[in-house]
This record gives sequence, structure tokens and C-alpha cells, in this order.
Amino acid sequence: MMNKAVSINQLTKHYGSTIAVNEVTFDIYEGELFGLLGMNGAGKTTLINMLSCISEPTSGDATIYGHSIVSQSDQVRSYIGVSPQETAIAPNLTVKENLLFMANIYGLSKHEARHQVEEMINVFSLQPYKNKKSKVLSGGWKRKLSIAMALISKPKLLFLDEPTLGLDVIARRELWTLIEQLKKTTTIILTTHYLEEIEALTDRLCMMKDGKVLAIGEINELNKRAGKEKFEDTFVEFVTGGIKS
Amino acid sequence: MNIRNVKFFSSRIMKEILRDPLSIAFGAGFPIVLIVLLSLINKNIPNGLFDITFLVPGVTIFGLSFLALFAAQIIAKDRESAFITRLFTTPMKAWDFILGYTLPLLPLALLQAVICYITGMFFGLQLNIHTVVVLLLVIPASFIFIAIGLICGTAFSEKAATALCGAALTNLSAWLSGVWFDLNLVGGAFKKMAYLLPFVHAVDMTKAANTGDYTNVLPHLWWVLAYSIVFIVLGVYLFRRHMKNK
Repeated sequence: MMNKAVSINQLTKHYGSTIAVNEVTFDIYEGELFGLLGMNGAGKTTLINMLSCISEPTSGDATIYGHSIVSQSDQVRSYIGVSPQETAIAPNLTVKENLLFMANIYGLSKHEARHQVEEMINVFSLQPYKNKKSKVLSGGWKRKLSIAMALISKPKLLFLDEPTLGLDVIARRELWTLIEQLKKTTTIILTTHYLEEIEALTDRLCMMKDGKVLAIGEINELNKRAGKEKFEDTFVEFVTGGIKS
Repeated sequence: MNIRNVKFFSSRIMKEILRDPLSIAFGAGFPIVLIVLLSLINKNIPNGLFDITFLVPGVTIFGLSFLALFAAQIIAKDRESAFITRLFTTPMKAWDFILGYTLPLLPLALLQAVICYITGMFFGLQLNIHTVVVLLLVIPASFIFIAIGLICGTAFSEKAATALCGAALTNLSAWLSGVWFDLNLVGGAFKKMAYLLPFVHAVDMTKAANTGDYTNVLPHLWWVLAYSIVFIVLGVYLFRRHMKNK
């Protein structure tokens, strides 16, 4: 039986009278690449923000490797790495300095930090840019650096929030290849509103709309439930209310 | 609080500021230009409006307003680029951020003051034991400006924070501090308003210290300390609230 990496129970977030995430409940298993799919404003980023202890839930709870995001956020932080929707890098630091800074903040020893920095530079092919200020990198390289920074502490769970947003086709495909490789060692939660990204990368997915879960499952299962062959048609069917969850 | 994290974060902030050519231009270049220009003007006017003994302490305090700009810009940028969001998911705590953002600005404040005094020496400013006292007094005065930067960077967008600290604060601290003209020349409500704000007190405090007139330092120092504490408490409160509400 697969171990649960994330267990979400009735998780809810209100901003004033707006309900951003509404009583969401599901599990994610160790080693999965789990997709969160929905239109803008579906609640994907809010859900990720709660799971990564950036914002507190209004009600409900979730556990990450058995630790509560509400009462054990310090332990949760030691298991996770986050690559936010924006590039989230220090612009006047070099690529190497950005990575080293993150390694130091996670408390890695000097030797460990240097080793991890070199490893990330190799894995993400950042050698030609390692001494360049990160602000001069192209969008694609900034994203790669952003993901490398999220992985520097060897997290067991990686959050990728819209990792290919705004990238050209080539940069997107390069990132997909990298994400595929990461899948072998890390549980990944990926949010996107690109259907082809979900089809190319994820093992299972959760469709969200207006803060609620519309459906969870593998793409084939969801296609079957919707009676469609193409995933795009399945998504439209669920989102427009043709199928009730 | 984690001292190690404060150290690494401070070092990052220091690098970000020192590698920005605009920071160097405003932080070091602008005060030098002001002292040189006003000293040259002073040579050509009869009544010594910009006496170097008073001009240098005044420009030193005025120069601190650029620290507020640096702090505000870097915090607002970190918020807008989501770099701070990324760091909220790491083991860093609120005080690691607050100290990391503010502490690197203290040596920069002192460096700026030293640059002003060295420039002043070329125009006849004498360095003595009082200079050391002035440099020490720069520290509480710099807290006011750094805290204003923390407040603006936390509460506003980068554009608004830059406008507030880069334009509004520099103008406020220029006109209401008595650096460029004696406030008695205007008098009335303008002078009263100026003395309700901290800028003129910071300038009067350093001017008095620079001439060894220590009895006139204390009343102004209390104003400076009181404003420092109020702004720091407000800045810390806003930052912690931002962190919680994120």
C-alpha cells in the first residue's frame, strides 16, 4: 500500500466573505506527481499556500508526512520546497549565490551547502550562468533557478506553482523533462491551468472550481467518467457542470 | 530568532544594495555633491548660510532618508517578486527577516556619515572628539529612517513605496529639517509643525554635538529616540501582520 505524503481534511480558507478554498478533502501519495488544475481563481494557489504554511486555514487541517500544517508548521517546513508562481529569486545575487543563500537558510553545513549547490547547478545545467546575476537570466532560466532553489534542501515534497507560466514552447518542454526526472525522487504537487501540462506530467489530478474539488483521479478515469476521449473535453464537461462530482 | 539566518539574510541585503548602482549614486554620490555645491555657493555669499560646521551634520541626517528608500524598495521588491513568499516556507522567523532587513543599513548609515565628514574636511571641517559623538548619534537617527522604510516596504507596492520614500520623505526631511535654511526665517506654523516631526530634532541634535554643545543635544535626542521607538514598533507590527496574513 502506498504511503500518504499529504492528507487534506476539510481544508477551508475565507478572505472576508469570499471563500477561496471550500472544505477540500483528499490524499496525495508518496512518489506521486499530483496536479491541481483549474481556471484562474479556482483556489489552487490558496490551497498550496495553506499546505506550505504560508497562510493559515480558516478551518480544517492537513498533514504533510504526518505533521499538521496548523500545529506543526516548523516540522512541515523541513519537508517541503516551494517554487512560487513568480520567479522569486534575489535579482542582484548570482545564480550560485542564490542557491548558496537558500542552502544556508535551511541550515545546511558549509560542506553540504557547497555540495548541494554544485549538484543543483549540474542537474539544471546552470554552469554557463552560475556567476551571472540572476536578474539578467531569461524567463526559462529564472524558472529553472527557482525550482533548483526549492530543491536545495532535498525536500520530500515539492510544490510547483504554475512552473511554466509565460514560457515559450522550447523552455516549457525543457522544464517538463526536468520535472519528469524529479518525479523519481520527490513527491510533487503541481498547479497549472495548461491542460497539456497535466496530460504530459501528472499521475493523478484534482480539478478545482470556485474553491471546491470537482473531481480527482487519473486522466483515463476522468475521461471515462465524462464519456470523452480528449481530456480537454473532459475538463470542459466537469467545469461547465455537465458532470457532478 | 536564528542568528545564523539573520547573518545570511543581512549579507544578502547588503549585496543587493551595494550592487545596485543607483544605491551608490544616491547613498554616497548625492550627499557629496550637495556638500561640494553648497560649500562653493557659501564661498560666494556674504552671510555664510551654509557654514560647513552645520552643513555636514545636516546633510548627514538628510542622507539617511535614502536608507529608508533602500529598505522600502528591497522589501517591496521581495514581496512583489514572491521571494519573501518563498522564504516564508523556510525555517526563517519574523525577527530573522526584520533584523536581516534593518541591520545592514546601520553600517551603511555610518559609512554615509563618514563620507560626508571626509568631504567636509576638504572645505575646512575640523575633525575632533565631537565628530565621534555625531557618528554615534547617527545610529538612533538612522533607526527612524530605516523603520519608515520597513513600514513603506511592507505596506505599499514597490512603486508607491519608492514614491513615498524617494520623493515624499526626502522632500519632507529636506524642507522640515532646517538643513537648507534656518526655520526661524519662516517661523509660525511651519516651524511649529517642523518641531513636531523628528527630522529637525535629528539635525539640531547633530549640529549641537558637532560644536560640543551637549546641553542642547539631549532635548532633541529624546524626540529622536521616541520617534525611533514608535516607528520601529509600528514597522515590526506591520511586518508580522503581513507575514501572518500572507
